[in-house]
Amino acid sequence: MADDKSNAAEYWKANVRTIIGCLAVWAFVSYGCAILFRPLLASIPVGGTDLGFWFAQQGSILTFIALIFFYAWKMNKLDEKFGLGE
Amino acid sequence: MSQFAINLLFVGASFALYIGIAIWARAGSTKDFYVAGGGVHPITNGMATAADWMSAASFISMAGLLASGGYANSTFLMGWTGGYVILAMLLAPYLRKFGKFTVPDFIGDRFYSNTARLVAVICLIVASVTYVIGQMTGAGVAFSRFLEVPNTAGIWIAAAIVFLYAVFGGMKGITYTQVAQYVVLIIAYTIPAVFIAMQLTGNPIPMFGMFSTHTESGLPLLQKLDEVVNALGFRDYTADVDNKLNMVLFTLSLMVGTAGLPHVIIRFFTVPRVADARWSAGWALVFIALLYLTAPAVGSMARLNLATTIYPEMAGQVEDYDAAAEEALIYEERPGWIRTWEETGLINFEDKNNDGRIQIYNDSNEEYAEIAESRGWEGNELTVNNDILVLANPEIANLPGWVIGLIAAGGIAAALSTAAGLLLAISSAISHDLIKTMINPKITEKGEMLAARISMAGAILVATYLGLNPPGFAAQTVALAFGIAGASLFPALMMGIFSKKMNNSGAVAGMLAGLACTLLYIFTYLGWLFIPGTNMLENTPDNWLFGISPLSFGAVGAMINFTVAFLVCKVTNEPPQEIQDLVESVRYPKGAGVAVDH
Repeated sequence: MADDKSNAAEYWKANVRTIIGCLAVWAFVSYGCAILFRPLLASIPVGGTDLGFWFAQQGSILTFIALIFFYAWKMNKLDEKFGLGE
Repeated sequence: MSQFAINLLFVGASFALYIGIAIWARAGSTKDFYVAGGGVHPITNGMATAADWMSAASFISMAGLLASGGYANSTFLMGWTGGYVILAMLLAPYLRKFGKFTVPDFIGDRFYSNTARLVAVICLIVASVTYVIGQMTGAGVAFSRFLEVPNTAGIWIAAAIVFLYAVFGGMKGITYTQVAQYVVLIIAYTIPAVFIAMQLTGNPIPMFGMFSTHTESGLPLLQKLDEVVNALGFRDYTADVDNKLNMVLFTLSLMVGTAGLPHVIIRFFTVPRVADARWSAGWALVFIALLYLTAPAVGSMARLNLATTIYPEMAGQVEDYDAAAEEALIYEERPGWIRTWEETGLINFEDKNNDGRIQIYNDSNEEYAEIAESRGWEGNELTVNNDILVLANPEIANLPGWVIGLIAAGGIAAALSTAAGLLLAISSAISHDLIKTMINPKITEKGEMLAARISMAGAILVATYLGLNPPGFAAQTVALAFGIAGASLFPALMMGIFSKKMNNSGAVAGMLAGLACTLLYIFTYLGWLFIPGTNMLENTPDNWLFGISPLSFGAVGAMINFTVAFLVCKVTNEPPQEIQDLVESVRYPKGAGVAVDH
C-alpha cells in the first residue's frame, strides 16, 4: 500500500514536470518569439517579413499542436510505466 | 439557376443533413443527452469540438480582423488556439477522470459546497448566454444575406433550426451534427482561399502562399502588401505593436477564456477514457488549425486584393506609387461584388471630391493629410465592413455560384454549431446542477430530461429576443464571455485539481472576486450592462489602467481570483480528508470508467 502511494506521488511529480516543460515552450513561442522578443528576431527574414511575424501567425499554432500530442504520448508512457493507466 | 436558388439548395441540403443526423442519433437517456453515452471516438470528438469552438466569430470575423489589423491582431490566432494547450494539460484529463456531466458538478463536489455550485452555475449561464446572443445575431446576418429575407426572419429561422436538433438530440445529436458541420465549414472556408492563393501567388496552399512571391509584382506578398498600404497612409501590415503588455494580456485572456468556457470543457466528458481526452484535445486543435492557419492568408490576400481593385495600377511592379494612386477605380466601372454588397449596406460609397473615382486611404493619418490634399482627395470614400471579407471572398475571386452557396452553408454551420453547444451547457447547468442536485434530488430521469429541454427552449427564446434587439455590442459580448469564463471558472477548476488544500471559502471568494473585478473594469469603460452612455470613463487607451484594454482584463481577473483564493484559504479550515482523497483520485487515470450518473 505504501508502495502504491509513493508510486502515485512519483507519477504526479513526473506529470507536473512534463506540464511545466510544455508550458515553458508554450509561453516561449507565443509570448516570447511572437510578441516580446519580436524586435530581437527582426533580422531573420521569412517570406517578406520577419520570424516574429511568422511565429505570431503560424509558428505558435503549429508548436501548440506538437505540444499537445507530445504531452498525450508522454503521459501514455507514464501511465504504463507506473501501471496507473486504464 | 439563380444565385438565390443555389444558396437555398446548399443551405437546405445541409439542414436536411443535420436534422437527419439528429433524428438518427436522438438521445434516449440523460447520459445520451448530456455526454452522448460517453462513447465518442477521440478523433470524432476532436472534430465536434472544433465545430463547437469555431463560431461565427472565427468563420466570418477573424480574417477581416486580421486584414484590418495585420500583425496586431495575431492575438486572436494565438489566443484562440493556445487555450487548448492549457485545456489539454491542466483540465481535460482530470475532469474526464472525475466523471460527472457538468462543470458546476465538479466545482460543487470538489469544493463540497452548494454555494460554490451555485456561483459556478451563474458564471456559466452569464458567459454562455452572452456568447450565444452573438451567434444568433451572426446566423441571422448570414441567413438574411443569402436567403434574401429580413434580418428578423433570419434570426427566427436560426432559432427554429437550433431548437429542432439541440432539444431533441441532446449531446448525442449535437456531437454527430457538429461533425457534419465541421466538414461543411472547413470545405467552405478552404476552397475560395485556395483559388485566391493560386491567383495571387501560384501556390495552392494558402498558408504557404502567404509567405511566397506575389506573381504580379515579383515581390514577396507581405512586402508588397506593406508597400501598398503604406502608400495609402496606413500602418505597415506587419508593423510591430508598441503596447506589448496589453498584447500579452489580451492573448492570455483569450487563452484562459478558451480553457474556461463550459461548452468546450463538457465535450471532453464524452470520450471513453482519460487518455482519449488528451488525444482528443490534440485532434481538436488540428481541426481548428486547418482554419486558423488559412485565416491569416485570407486576411492578407483580401486586403491586397481590395487595394489593387481600387488602385489597379498598384498591382504590378510599381515605380511611382503617387502616379498609381491617381488612377483610382472609376465608380461606374466597379466590379459586381461591390454592387451586391452595397445593397446590404455593408459597403458604402460617398464621392466626397466628386471626381467619379473611388478613393480609399487612411484619412485619420495627419502626416498623410498633406499628400492626400495635393491629390485633391477629400476623405476616404469607401467604407467596407470587416465582416463581409470571408463571405465576399468567392465573389472577389470570381468563383462560380456554387462556392458562394457553400460559403453560406458554412457560415451558418459555424454559428449554429456553437449556439447548440452553448445551449446544451446552459440547459445541463439548469436541469442537472440547479434542479436535480440542489432543488429536487428525487426528480426522475424523464423529468430531468424534460427540464433540460424546457430550459434549452427558454435559453433559445432569451437569446433570440436579445439577438433581435441587440444592445449593439457584438465584439464586447464575446470578450465579456471570455473574460467571465477565464476570470471565474478556469482558476477554480485548476485549483480544484492542482491544490489539494484549496477549500470551499477560498474557491468561492476567488470566483466572486475574479468575476466582480472583471465586470467592474469592463463596465467602467463600456457602460453598466453595456447600456451606452453609462460608462464612467471614455474607452480610450489614455484612460486605461496601465494601458490594459477592457478586452484584456480577463487575465488580470484570473490572477485576482488565484490571489484571493489563496489568501482566504490560508485563514480558513483545510478541506476534509475525503475531499483531499477525491483530488488524489482525479490525478490518476486508473479506474475512470464512463461518465457516471448519480
